[in-house]
Amino acid sequence: MVDLSTTIGSLSLANPVMPASGTFSDELAQVIDLDRIGACVIKTITREFRAGNPTPRVAETGGGMLNSIGIPSKGLGDFLDRIVPVYRRIQAPLIASVSANTTADFAALCRDVSVDGVEAIEVNISCPNLEADGHAFAMRPDLTEEVITEIRKATTLPIWAKLTPNTGDIAGVARAAEAGGADAVVVANTILGMSIDLTTFRPSLGSGMGGFSGPAVKPILLRMAYQCSRAVSIPVIGCGGISTASDALEYIVAGCSAIQVGTATFVHPTAMITVLEGLEAFCRERGLARLMDIRGAVGAVGETAGDLPAQPVPAEAV
Amino acid sequence: MTLMPTQPEIPNASDRQFAVAERECAVISNDAVNAEYRMLVLSAPPVFTAAQPGQFFHLLCPRGGGEAPFFRRPMSVYRVDPDKGEVAFLYKVTGAGTESMAALRPGDGFNILGPLGIGFDLPDGIRHVLLLARGVGLATLAPLAQVVAARPDVRATAIFSARKPEFLMSVDYMAAHGVDVVGVTDSEGTSAVDRVESLMRDLLAGGNGVPPVDAIYTCGSNRLMRLAQKLAAERGIFGQVAMEQQMACGLGMCFCCVRDFNVGGDIVHRRVCCEGPVFDLQEAVSW
Repeated sequence: MVDLSTTIGSLSLANPVMPASGTFSDELAQVIDLDRIGACVIKTITREFRAGNPTPRVAETGGGMLNSIGIPSKGLGDFLDRIVPVYRRIQAPLIASVSANTTADFAALCRDVSVDGVEAIEVNISCPNLEADGHAFAMRPDLTEEVITEIRKATTLPIWAKLTPNTGDIAGVARAAEAGGADAVVVANTILGMSIDLTTFRPSLGSGMGGFSGPAVKPILLRMAYQCSRAVSIPVIGCGGISTASDALEYIVAGCSAIQVGTATFVHPTAMITVLEGLEAFCRERGLARLMDIRGAVGAVGETAGDLPAQPVPAEAV
Repeated sequence: MTLMPTQPEIPNASDRQFAVAERECAVISNDAVNAEYRMLVLSAPPVFTAAQPGQFFHLLCPRGGGEAPFFRRPMSVYRVDPDKGEVAFLYKVTGAGTESMAALRPGDGFNILGPLGIGFDLPDGIRHVLLLARGVGLATLAPLAQVVAARPDVRATAIFSARKPEFLMSVDYMAAHGVDVVGVTDSEGTSAVDRVESLMRDLLAGGNGVPPVDAIYTCGSNRLMRLAQKLAAERGIFGQVAMEQQMACGLGMCFCCVRDFNVGGDIVHRRVCCEGPVFDLQEAVSW
């Protein structure tokens, strides 16, 4: 039996595969067994009701998608009354995801979602759709440290800071999150992008710009996850373009303690299970008793790679 | 580090039966039915042939001439045959997704996800249903013929609208299931809303031993939907409409496919994929 388990601070997970916020809900239980995944990271909630953005809310691109869903949320009451009880029946721990527009509101919302049944809080300080012109807390280290510091005072649950790739200093932002008291960083949210419909000369998305995700973004987000894992000592959770076990393995070798599958689930709702089974197959093929033994095994530029675990694997095994 | 035996022992998915599945199906046939429409017939497992009228599948369109479409494409099920293990889709080539579908050949694999969404409801006590559709909306209403055929107490009439008579599909199929089909077309000048309204008013009145229409199902035309809303409201009868919207996940996770609905005077968003695609006729908002 291969040991796929991982730890994110004080939280132990049976395996490192979890959904990216916004690409998952309990409706997926119609297709896969949710008890098999490592954690359930649910769609971001806000305190108040939010209708979300105008349609079209998504556009497909070469190898990915743009979205400006706009965080439709039924609010805190629905989360506490309806969502938390649903996930009590699922083995995988429930990770709340929250967003707010000010530091004080962020802290207060984190306090209020810290209820029995919630195992950690992913704080979405990165969503590019919320703030004017795509700005977000996690674009700047000082704002990140300030908001995480206040959230840290408001809850005893583990805090996962979800970072944005729309910053020039991802490692600096990750260090700021660590300094503020985050238990992990999630690297990262979507890249701000746009596309234009040439029949109408209007943006393809109803709100103009949106978040770019999918297989096409993986090299950029993998690089950022790698930089963050070198910059901080708290766990890094990789997120960005992961569709296959190979993609997930790259993030783990880059230093990630867990990975999130997002856009891939929209195309293949079984994607998380496929990734999970592929990770297990990889470990068997390579004789790895523990998947996390290869976490951070990437050789730095100029270093010797050292003893690689066993021999190269045929591509089809992964 | 030792290399362990390479025999993979990946645990199978639990024995639990899932209501929705993602499977690669073999193409049985994929032929043109007229100048605009094609029918794709797939070999399908029981989880797929359990699809109810009005439900849809999410199709992973293959690579066509250029890049593969990134998302799946939702398409309502046209026909299911549990005995033969087949599902069929009636479609018109309108873009990159359907273009690549048109290239599928018998024996090819085609990955589909489903069945998805909430289908049509035929309440007890209904005596005469009217199917009102235009264009490819016929494909969505066609499976209701099977339901009606299984209910000898229910009579069915269809008013199908198309640009030309040759695009009136499924007439024989519907007739074989005991549905009276009235075709109206633009080229014959019979499809204008006031003419359809007159036909509908006759059916809603009933007479000569025919019970009045007491349920309306519609798909594929905003104008016909508004007409159906008006007449159904006048009579206070049951009605449903199948709606379309661009979709990403098809399961309710992404909130891409929302539309406005009028619920007791309040405009609310509903997800077409999982709160529909079949909705109460009077709650639908024109598009």
